[in-house]
Amino acid sequence: MDNIAGQKSGLMVATYVSVIVIVLLWLIPTVGLFVSSFRDRDQISASGWWQAPFSVVLADAGRANLDSQKEVDGVWVLKGNIFSDDDVSSRFKSGESSVTAFGSKGRAPGEFPVGTTANVQSGRTLIVEKNGDYTLTSPKEITGRGPRVYFQAETPPDFTLNNYRTVMTADNMDRAFINTLTVTIPATIIPILIAAFAAYALAWMEFPGRGLMIAAVVGLLVVPLQLALVPLLNLHNKIGIGQSFMGIWLAHTAFGMPLAIYLLRNYMVGLPRDIIESAKVDGATDFQVFMKIVLPLSFPALASFAIFQFLWTWNDLLVAKVFLPSADESKVMTVKIADDLLGSRGGDWGILATAAFVSIAVPLTVFFTMQRYLVRGLLAGSVK
Amino acid sequence: MNPIVQGIATIIAGVGGCVAYFYLSNLVLDKFIFPAKGKNIGRNINNANMVRPWLFLLPAILALGLYLMYPVVASFYRSLFNRSGDDFVGLGNYITMFSEPAFRRSFRNNMLWVLVVPASATFAGLLAAQLTDRMRGGNLAKSIIFMPMAISFVGASLIWKFVYANDADIGMINAIRALFGAQDPVDMLQVPFWNNFFLMVILIWTQTGFAMVILSGALRGVPEETIEAAIIDGANPFQIFFKIKVPQIMGTIVVVWTTTTILVLKVFDIVYTMTGGNFGTEILPSYMMSYMFRDDGRATSVAFVIMLIVLPVMIWNIVQARKEFR
Repeated sequence: MDNIAGQKSGLMVATYVSVIVIVLLWLIPTVGLFVSSFRDRDQISASGWWQAPFSVVLADAGRANLDSQKEVDGVWVLKGNIFSDDDVSSRFKSGESSVTAFGSKGRAPGEFPVGTTANVQSGRTLIVEKNGDYTLTSPKEITGRGPRVYFQAETPPDFTLNNYRTVMTADNMDRAFINTLTVTIPATIIPILIAAFAAYALAWMEFPGRGLMIAAVVGLLVVPLQLALVPLLNLHNKIGIGQSFMGIWLAHTAFGMPLAIYLLRNYMVGLPRDIIESAKVDGATDFQVFMKIVLPLSFPALASFAIFQFLWTWNDLLVAKVFLPSADESKVMTVKIADDLLGSRGGDWGILATAAFVSIAVPLTVFFTMQRYLVRGLLAGSVK
Repeated sequence: MNPIVQGIATIIAGVGGCVAYFYLSNLVLDKFIFPAKGKNIGRNINNANMVRPWLFLLPAILALGLYLMYPVVASFYRSLFNRSGDDFVGLGNYITMFSEPAFRRSFRNNMLWVLVVPASATFAGLLAAQLTDRMRGGNLAKSIIFMPMAISFVGASLIWKFVYANDADIGMINAIRALFGAQDPVDMLQVPFWNNFFLMVILIWTQTGFAMVILSGALRGVPEETIEAAIIDGANPFQIFFKIKVPQIMGTIVVVWTTTTILVLKVFDIVYTMTGGNFGTEILPSYMMSYMFRDDGRATSVAFVIMLIVLPVMIWNIVQARKEFR
């Protein structure tokens, strides 16, 4: 199709370039989140995720090992490896990190290049090698605690699943995941059948007031949910449902109803008239026509509504905040992230990224496997 | 009861209950109330067919009536009462609200959202639809642009929190600024006035795919002959796009535009997650949530203001639908 009339090759290049730019703009933020979720906390704050495949320079300090103190030719000498200090070893894997610079003061941890002999305070000298081996000499015996050795070390990229482990165990995200699933599945399945019967009546049955009903459904499509929150919560409290899973299932079922009826009616009305009429001539009742002919034929529309409803209930924050109890054990993932983690884990980017990724992984999978139905549903809903 | 067990039980009860209701109500109607036999057989069949649509519609009508129509009235009624719900205050809640700077700011911000987001998302969607049309790899590009549609607003907000982070080693924007020599990182979410636009970017990012999918369907529907005729008449690609294609899909553009507008008036997640409504970014839905659980009178009056803003679109939609279905 490159050289059809009306297309210029220069324009084609421009088109390709702009599409690539748009795609990158749309993709990069999500990739950033994904990469960050596998990075170690120290690495996240030391370098941007776009530098994740490269080493980062981390600064730290350990204490020189006093047990190794020996007197050699009138000076006291301490030898050891800085990476074997207990405070340090948890952050650096020995043998993988290499020291680039060192110092003796917290203000200037990288004062001296690696491998040089530095004269530090009280007449001592310090030398740190690339592999972390250090030699400290002192004119007097050192007592008390070993002097601090500050250093900067290049650390290779470190991809871990630790964030996932933490999120799933310490932060109750596993519970929130199950809660989300518990809210979503019934709230997706139950509206379908109710809406399908109504859509069949609106598409294939003649009765006074049908036009009015369709108009009402179209109007209700845009009613802001905010309006429903206070009256329905009060109603739920009055009839004893209160804030509970039952309450949120009912709410989601009803809130999804206008879209369901609208989508399914638009689809059913396009089914071939001959099939339905000949079935009726053969003596089938409306109930039989619906169950045996219309419902199976409407599968694509049912699937696209199911995907919409699934994504909408899975991703919902507002309805969950209002209709579910605020106790921790019944929080869904969106509420968990927005109300809990952003507060308590506000600065821990690795944990936030992981929690976000856990919550979007399922909808993304559904999206990429069922995209066909989703697109078809969108088109049925808006393009006539 | 364990919520999972309760969930499974609900699915079985819900689906089984629906099937049982529809089956039994039809059975009762045909066999007992208006049996298709005896001397009134003709009239009975007619009567049964008059009643049956309402049997099919009943559960849906109950759900719609109780959860979507009743709240419109009930919310308005509740908004006329004070916080505890004991005292009738007439339009008192609305009057106090309109004199409050915080409400006026949310209203103004919300209008800004309504102006910027639908226009940008529709335009970006149209552009993406036209550019990827008939391109090799176009479907993959479309998939990627469409993808944020599947991500929750909370998830999208977190994704962009990384982009905006106040640290050149985490936030890309600040990293790019540092690359061009900026000394200190800025907190994008606290830049007065412009932070509203940074939040809007998130919604535009999620909604462009929606606009693109619908508009690309419409572009495919433009009759080939009109384009060929324009080419023969010597129109260049830009003229073909703006003068031939766009006018023919205007109806769809309006649908996308209004759908996004309605969404903008409802989304509170982004503001809630990103700034909590601080730094002058509150919009009506987030302003309402700050009163939810605290002052029902006030919360319902904000909700009703949102409803009033949506109303023209609702009427327009109904008028369009009536035209369509006549």
